[in-house]
Amino acid sequence: MKQFRTFVKKEFFHIFRDKRTMMILLGIPVIEIILFGFAISTEVRNVRVAVLDPSGDVITRKIIDRIDASEYFILTTKLHTPQEVEQAFRRGEIDLAVVFSHRFLDNLYTGDAKIQLIADATDPNMAVTQSGYASGIISAAQQELLPAGASPATIVPDVRLLYNPQMKSAYNFVPGVMGLILMLICAMMTSISIVREKEIGTMEVLLVSPMKPLLIILSKAVPYFVLSFVNLSSILLLSVYVLHVPIAGSLLALVSVSLLFIFVSLSLGLLISTITQTQIAAMLVSGLMLMMPTMLLSGMIFPVDGMPTILQVISTIIPARWYIDVVRKIMIEGVSITFVAKEIGILALMAFVLIAVSLKKFKTRLE
Amino acid sequence: MIKFLIEKEFKQLLRNSFLPRLIIGYPCMIMILMPWAANLEIKNLSVNVVDNDHSTISQNLVRKIEASTYFQLNGISSSYDEGLEAVEVGKADVIVEIPRDFERNWKRGDQAHVLIAANAVNGTKGGLGSSYLTSIMNEYATGLRAEHPSVAVEAAAAPSIGVTTQNLYNPHLNYKLFMVPALMVMLLTILCGFLPALNIVGEKEVGTIEQMNVTPVSKFTFILAKLIPYWTIGFTVLTICFGLAWLLYGLIPVGHFYVIYFFAALFVLVMSGFGLVISNHSATMQQAMFVMFFFMIILMLMSGLFTPVKSMPDWARIITLFNPLRYFVEMMRMVYLKGSNLSDMLLQLGALSAFAAFFNIWAVRSYRKNS
Repeated sequence: MKQFRTFVKKEFFHIFRDKRTMMILLGIPVIEIILFGFAISTEVRNVRVAVLDPSGDVITRKIIDRIDASEYFILTTKLHTPQEVEQAFRRGEIDLAVVFSHRFLDNLYTGDAKIQLIADATDPNMAVTQSGYASGIISAAQQELLPAGASPATIVPDVRLLYNPQMKSAYNFVPGVMGLILMLICAMMTSISIVREKEIGTMEVLLVSPMKPLLIILSKAVPYFVLSFVNLSSILLLSVYVLHVPIAGSLLALVSVSLLFIFVSLSLGLLISTITQTQIAAMLVSGLMLMMPTMLLSGMIFPVDGMPTILQVISTIIPARWYIDVVRKIMIEGVSITFVAKEIGILALMAFVLIAVSLKKFKTRLE
Repeated sequence: MIKFLIEKEFKQLLRNSFLPRLIIGYPCMIMILMPWAANLEIKNLSVNVVDNDHSTISQNLVRKIEASTYFQLNGISSSYDEGLEAVEVGKADVIVEIPRDFERNWKRGDQAHVLIAANAVNGTKGGLGSSYLTSIMNEYATGLRAEHPSVAVEAAAAPSIGVTTQNLYNPHLNYKLFMVPALMVMLLTILCGFLPALNIVGEKEVGTIEQMNVTPVSKFTFILAKLIPYWTIGFTVLTICFGLAWLLYGLIPVGHFYVIYFFAALFVLVMSGFGLVISNHSATMQQAMFVMFFFMIILMLMSGLFTPVKSMPDWARIITLFNPLRYFVEMMRMVYLKGSNLSDMLLQLGALSAFAAFFNIWAVRSYRKNS
């Protein structure tokens, strides 16, 4: 036990004496949670609108004013020909063009008053939402033009946005960023620290020591486990007090699941370190092979259930997918832990398999 | 002199067992798999219906929702709470509750309310889902009014404005068209950023940099010889991407290839210059990797690759002005989808040239021969 403590101490020295790496390790989560909690969002704002209004009468001006007054749109230019509209789009100067028909006022009651909304559909979802908002504004203007007292029968949809009424993107991204950061830091750190000893040659010294190989590996994992726990606390504190994302469910459940996930990531790091020989390979495997899939397949940004079946199958082997799912449910929706038993079971299974495989692969003999 | 240095760099690259495979394999993997994953097309949202009215009008509305490609009916619940439970276990994304007296209110000419409750933890999904449902209902109401003219106001008294929408450049709202060019940018950034970041520091750790330091090679030649292989890598990766985008997704840029290559040449310079700067300032590969990694996530997530720059708060938009990726992503999408020319993108051109100059001068200056 005393030996083990000494080994853990040695690993801590490795980390503490490399100031730059340590600052980055502890700083990454803080900066990224703040940056992304505020910056990553898909809300509609600052939509640059151009109008093409050949008729220029009272009604069209009223509609234009209403669009300009809305919090979503900024009226940038008034254009005069369809060619100008095309050019403005091609230069990326506008996102939406509102084109009125000729003699708008005269045709208002004949059914020939027309508005065309042209959206830059390079970003398809934004295009749909923007033109949706714009036509909402136009139909509100139309309602105002109705004679007093007359109201046509309408269906009024009352929209209620569950769990996230203000459509804060942080609610969606905090769990994702948690998954990404914990996964990458834990996996990358452990894998590099072991391969590094192999490359420099100090691994030989460790292997001829009386310590059991299992304990050598464990002593490598302990400091990173502690570091990740510090990171986890700073992420949670920041998201509650700075981003105002509340923890709706049980804190205890959230922390225990996170610890389980950290454990999975550490074992993944161990596995990578046993199969790679050089630092560069370990880094590229953990950095590239984990970063892209974790970003894209975990449901962090893109919902998993929208993917084709084969990718959904692939995504099941990505630990972050299950973790992010659990965090969303416990932290944002506040469901009880029994609803996420399946995800927790899968994470536990992954931890078990990864540890088993990497222990089996861990070579105690020198080449 | 430079010829031999370049030869050395290429040999170092090609004789590594892992790197050439990475350079060819990684783009292929990403281009084949990821466009299917990086998809925010909102389709097949599962709807849970609570119909308290059981009238003809309400049932037709449900059928209308079911017929849309965006939704699939997941189940009928007898109460709102039951519907909410379906959302909690993740079986349903949206609840549509039709209140009692829905039909009666409609026939009296009143407003007939419908409740749409969408799970908005994923804002895009919740927001788009409810806005699609709203437009289905508006359409349904218009159809109903035409069928039952007695409940509508006299047509002559009501002003009518016909609103049509046109989706320019991507009429079928194909999300792949949006993401594939972005993935190319991501690939170029990762490969031409990480590899140089590990390069010089790698020589430092192995010790071969000592040998370089005692040669008469000037700093500038040294950095230039390091940069040129990345250029080739960048062009190779880009060409693979073009080919795969065309083969797999039928995508060819509306604009010209040469515009993209031209910008890519600049952009690779920016990224590898940046990588070399980090490499010069780091003592170990581990440090270099973490620093690069730290910047990489920020650069990617704040470039408009995944979420639009215009949705960011003002301070974040100011930060994006200093992000080379932002300009390159803009360029890529503009050429691929809109067919913009060089003359349409002078801002992007200027910004990228400035970044390229800045980072490479820094890279040359920060390389020190004496330790």
